[in-house]
Amino acid sequence: MLDHAGGQIDGDGRLRHLLTLQGLPRETLLAVLDTAASFVSIGEREVKKVPLLRGKTIFNLFFEPSTRTRTTFEIAAKRLSADVISLNVQSSSQSKGETMLDTVQNLEAMNADMFVVRHAASGAAHFIARHVRSHISVVNAGDGRHAHPTQGLLDMFTIRHFKGDFAPLRVAIVGDVLHSRVARSEIHALRTLGVREIRVVAPKTLLPSGIEELGVRVFHDMTEGLRGVDVVMMLRLQNERMKGSLLPSAGEYFKNYGLTAAKLALAAPDAIVMHPGPMNRGVEIDSAVADGPQAVILPQVTFGIAVRMAVMSMLAGGQS
Amino acid sequence: MNITLPEAEPLYQAWAGQVRPLLSANTRVVGIRTGGVWLAERLVAPEPVGALDISFYRDDFDRIGLHPQVKPSALPFELDGADVLLIDDVLYTGRTLRAAVNALFDYGRPARIRLAVLIDRGGRELPFQADVVGWRGELPAETHVALGRDEAGHFCLTLGQQHEGYRDA
Repeated sequence: MLDHAGGQIDGDGRLRHLLTLQGLPRETLLAVLDTAASFVSIGEREVKKVPLLRGKTIFNLFFEPSTRTRTTFEIAAKRLSADVISLNVQSSSQSKGETMLDTVQNLEAMNADMFVVRHAASGAAHFIARHVRSHISVVNAGDGRHAHPTQGLLDMFTIRHFKGDFAPLRVAIVGDVLHSRVARSEIHALRTLGVREIRVVAPKTLLPSGIEELGVRVFHDMTEGLRGVDVVMMLRLQNERMKGSLLPSAGEYFKNYGLTAAKLALAAPDAIVMHPGPMNRGVEIDSAVADGPQAVILPQVTFGIAVRMAVMSMLAGGQS
Repeated sequence: MNITLPEAEPLYQAWAGQVRPLLSANTRVVGIRTGGVWLAERLVAPEPVGALDISFYRDDFDRIGLHPQVKPSALPFELDGADVLLIDDVLYTGRTLRAAVNALFDYGRPARIRLAVLIDRGGRELPFQADVVGWRGELPAETHVALGRDEAGHFCLTLGQQHEGYRDA
């Protein structure tokens, strides 16, 4: 099943779907980053639009709410001149009892060219990719705890932008790794791109068992985990996790795993701080750090548009 | 078929002599990547030139996709009301020019656009003609002409076969 990177790459080496970064070759990741670099300048022009995907129809299928990811996919599609329609499926057809596949087939009948899918269930985008017609591409915009490949790619773009080469970097991923599709995509990409060291920093209750098998070093003490790192990638602590037995309280979590200026001082002096958003200020990150000179959280958002433009144009190009 | 292209350096010198009268203080020189930018830079050095990448405006994107190493366009001047001289190395089907003119209009509305090319190889599919042509000839469809530049900045012209699946424009 994992031949051609899980069906994401066709026999000619062309990207057909983007579902997960796991198994994608280094050349493919670098091709996305290089293509994205050329799209950054379009966002800085007065006319922020190129005619590359003119006449293509892209459906953003969000079975789970999201503002930022949906918005950046929409902007990316519009800057490529595609027609983009965003559907919040939760609040429409699903509540009327339509299955996911029915929804997809109806949109296929409207001559869709691409689906961007966000779903609370792991594997949803893969499922859709297996059932769509062969000319349609699927982009996973986050499936359950499994993967969020465009977030992983925009994080890699951000790291390369600020740090240049991946090889010498020590990277710490801090927070709720257990529930985080972002963390999984980041770890796969960082491994493929060959950073010197990947650390995960989290309490035992927020780490999946066997995480070491992904090639990461595990730290439960944040002061140790951050020592000397070049990149600090914070994860969002989802509020609903606080209600269960996984964590004592937000205050306790902040004390142990919140990123403060004092803890950041243990990292390399020029370390960058990243966060996929939306941030819980005072829970996983202190405002002084989030707004401080080492934070690159807003550039992540800007680069996210260019990376999504790159992915969509690579999927749509050369198909006919 | 035996085709002889002229020597690149003398050709450039003669071409540059024809182009210079078109330049005034208000002319904005824009080269099409990559060969057109080399010609433009050498023509007006040390004045800055615009560099136009037309990859995002090509009409064959559906067939051949995107080259990952697209360099962004860089136009270090206003185009609104400008007198633009567009420069390319080889004029063939005219499709590159169509894309280039579209791209320019996303940056502004020039008052005038003129075109200077080093080589016009015939084979037009769109109604574009150059104001200045260095060398004119009909080349068969399977040939590929490329302008090269060595480390010292000297030009050379090479004649080869078209790459499969990719067509010059």
